[in-house]
This record gives sequence, structure tokens and C-alpha cells, in this order.
Amino acid sequence: MPRNRQSHVTHSAEETRALAAQVAATLEPGAVLCLHGDLGAGKTCFVQGVAQGLGIRRSVGSPTFTLINEYRGRLPLAHIDLYRVRGAADAFGLGLEDYLSHYDGIVAIEWAERVAELLPEESWHIHLTPAASDNAREIVIDRPAP
Amino acid sequence: MILLGIESSCDETAAAVVRNGREALSSVVHSQIASHRPYGGVVPEIASREHVGNFPVVTAAAMEQAGIGWAELDAIAVTHGPGLVSSLLIGMSGARAIGQAINKPVWGVNHLEAHLAGIFLDPAAPPPTEACPLLALLVSGGHTLLLDMRAWGDYRLLGQTLDDAAGECLDKGANLLGLGYPGGPVIERAAAGGNPRFVDFPRGMEHAKNQTTAEGLAIEMCFSFSGLKTALLYYLKKNPAVRETHLADVAASYQAAVMDALALRVERGLAATGARMLACVGGVARNALLRQKLDETARRHGARLLLTPLAYCTDNAAMVAAAAGLRAQAGLDNPPALEADPSLPL
Repeated sequence: MPRNRQSHVTHSAEETRALAAQVAATLEPGAVLCLHGDLGAGKTCFVQGVAQGLGIRRSVGSPTFTLINEYRGRLPLAHIDLYRVRGAADAFGLGLEDYLSHYDGIVAIEWAERVAELLPEESWHIHLTPAASDNAREIVIDRPAP
Repeated sequence: MILLGIESSCDETAAAVVRNGREALSSVVHSQIASHRPYGGVVPEIASREHVGNFPVVTAAAMEQAGIGWAELDAIAVTHGPGLVSSLLIGMSGARAIGQAINKPVWGVNHLEAHLAGIFLDPAAPPPTEACPLLALLVSGGHTLLLDMRAWGDYRLLGQTLDDAAGECLDKGANLLGLGYPGGPVIERAAAGGNPRFVDFPRGMEHAKNQTTAEGLAIEMCFSFSGLKTALLYYLKKNPAVRETHLADVAASYQAAVMDALALRVERGLAATGARMLACVGGVARNALLRQKLDETARRHGARLLLTPLAYCTDNAAMVAAAAGLRAQAGLDNPPALEADPSLPL
């Protein structure tokens, strides 16, 4: 499957959210966004921007404890955090398969690499890396070609 | 009224017997923390697998220690949310099986309301009718809420975390510091004797004023911990040697930032509500520095601080049975435990 890879640099959490909101505007139902990056890289911040772009008018917090949070907007958003999950075997029983195969909204998954074998081929992959200055991030968006 | 409480929303499988919402006749907790330690958190599949094995053991132990027979129970109270669905379902299935066997109702309890009930398990605490209106800080691995409690069962949310929960912030900070899990106790231990002013970490949105969240909550009453986590990350990147040379100082500084951030919002909550009672509940309420800071804050506002007994801060079933018992005493209905709701609001 042809893919498209673009690199961005943001200089603040606000810029990261704005970039994510632009991405959200282009998403179709069923899109799976996989977020990659270490603790503090800005994964939750990016998902907050996606939520803004989907017109969700609720605070989007970290789902580390609850694992899956759902929100209603222009499209529904399922925000999933696999920080506490070791691998695909552990994820079984969370209902992750349902979200990945037939969800009528956007699925955003933090620490998605922990279930790499379950992720659809047409997933978006968003890699966040701290850049030189404190609040700057390099954000690589690797998506299926339109 | 004697209730059997059951809790399985996260790490702990627990059962307890409580009389009249106030008196714990037994409280048995089986924690999975040891089996989760290698992974730096709760692994849901392990959690539900272990709950299945632990449920009959803790339930039998709670009944035996209470010294009562099944026929003496009035009902069973079980946590039905919020929490991990796969884990909640184990406790709920077990509770319903017992309910059918002994022909008693099975009530669903909100885990957050159960944490609030923890303060009333202290025999010295006034009853809810005298304790309210009360300002409550609920701080745990998954939740950070500031609540205005007008009566038992009547809560108004004043503030909440906009990103990470306080306990999660401690867990992730401990991970960055290489200290292990759970974060709260390991950071508290590492911080002993350390200088809390060694690093000036942010307290979260200190300068935000006159803004509201999407839900209409005042930003001044809300918490944000992701910036603190990131600040620690950068600090460790720039000063990699401090883990060896100044671990206690960095841990103490990080812990102080978390607890200051909590105490600051409590201070604002007391000023805004004029409450004469302050309560702190949830696993992070075990932290000695937080207890000290809240004690000082309460004194400044002439408020009385109600603390959950240490044994009932982290997840347990006595608080679950107590919550249902207090509802019954207040003349409120307890809902039947029908469906697990992972994001059940208070």
C-alpha cells in the first residue's frame, strides 16, 4: 500500500494541538491513529488536538488508568492508552479488536507499538520526538497515501 | 444494616463486611502490585485473571473474620464503575452469584463515591449530615477530582485533572527516576531527607486565570500534571548524573511539586466554597507530605481536616460497603448492579 510521510516541527503544546486539529479535519470514519513516543513526548497533547479538530467539547485527559475513553463530536473519538499493556495477549479482552475492525469514528492509540501485530495496515503512524529546545517536537506523520 | 462489599475495579481484589455504613467488621484486600511490578503498572489481562482466583479467597476470609453468617447480610454492594471492564466484571459476576445463592439484592457502587465513604470509616469522623458541606480532594492513580459535597449523594465537581492523574504522575515520575512501582510510596521513600527546593518544578497552570474548561470548570480549580512529568524528563536529560548523586533531592522536589499543586487547588476550593470541613481520599492520601500540607491549609481556613484511615486509602471493599450503607441511611436508592461502566461519572 503506498504511503505518504511528512515531517513537522512544532514549538509549543498549542502548536502540536493545532497540527493535530488539522489532521483531524481530514480523517474519515474508521481511521486509526497510532501514536509513538516516550513519556512526555506529547502523545496525549496530540490527541487533545484531534479532539478539538473533531469539535469535541470536553476535556480530554489521559486514559492510562481507564485504558479507553470515548468522546462524541463531529465523529466519535476513542482514545486508547496501552501504557500499562505489555503485548497483544494482554490487550485481548479489552475490546481492542472491535475498535480496530469496525468503529464508526476515529481511534487514537497511545503506545500502539505494544500491539503492533494487531494494527491495521492502513493505520496512520504519528511519531513524536522532543527536538532541540524544551517545548519543540519533531512530529512525523506516516499515513496511507490519499 | 450489614453489607458485604466487593471491589475489583483495578489492582485489588477485596471483600469486606460493614455495619451501618460506618463500622468495618472485616476488610480483606489481595493486592496484585507484586505481579504488576515488572511492567510499571496494571496489566489488565493479568488483573482479571488474578481477580478470578482471588475472589473466592478474599470473600470467604471477609465473612469468616466478620464472624457472621450469610443469612445475616442485608445485601451485597459491588463496584460497577469506573474501572477496567474486564476486572469489574469479575467482582460483579461473583457478587451476583452470591446474591442469587442467598437471595439478597446486589447493589452497584460508584468507585469514586466509595473513596469518599472512606473518611466515615474513621469512628471519630462526624456523620455525613454533620460533615457536609465538605470540600473533598480525591486523588488516586486514575483520578484527581476536587468536589463540593453538599450531602451524601449530592456532589458538585469543582475541578479535575486536564491530563494525568496525580497518582499517574507519581507512577510515571518514578519510572523516569528508575524507582519502580507503585510510584507514590517509592518516591516518598526516595525523597526522605532530600531537599524539596533542589529543582523548581512547575505546579501546573499557575498563571491561568479567568478561564474555564470545555465543561465549564474554572481553570484555577483544575490540575495539570503532564507539564511536570515533561519537566522531569528534560531535567534528567540535561543532568543525567543526578540519579546517582542527588536522587533524594530530585525525588523530594518532584513530590513537593505534585503535593503543592494539589494543596493550592484545595486552598482555592476552601476559599470559594467556605466549607468548614476538608476531606482527602484515594491512594495518594496516604502520602505524609500531602497530609501535612492539607493540615496547614485547613488550619489557615479554620476548617477541620478529615482523613481516610490509612488502611482504607488505597482500593478496598470496606469503602464500597460503606458507600452503599450511607446511601441507605440517607434514604437514597442503591441501583442494582446490572452493567459495568468503565467511565461511570460521580
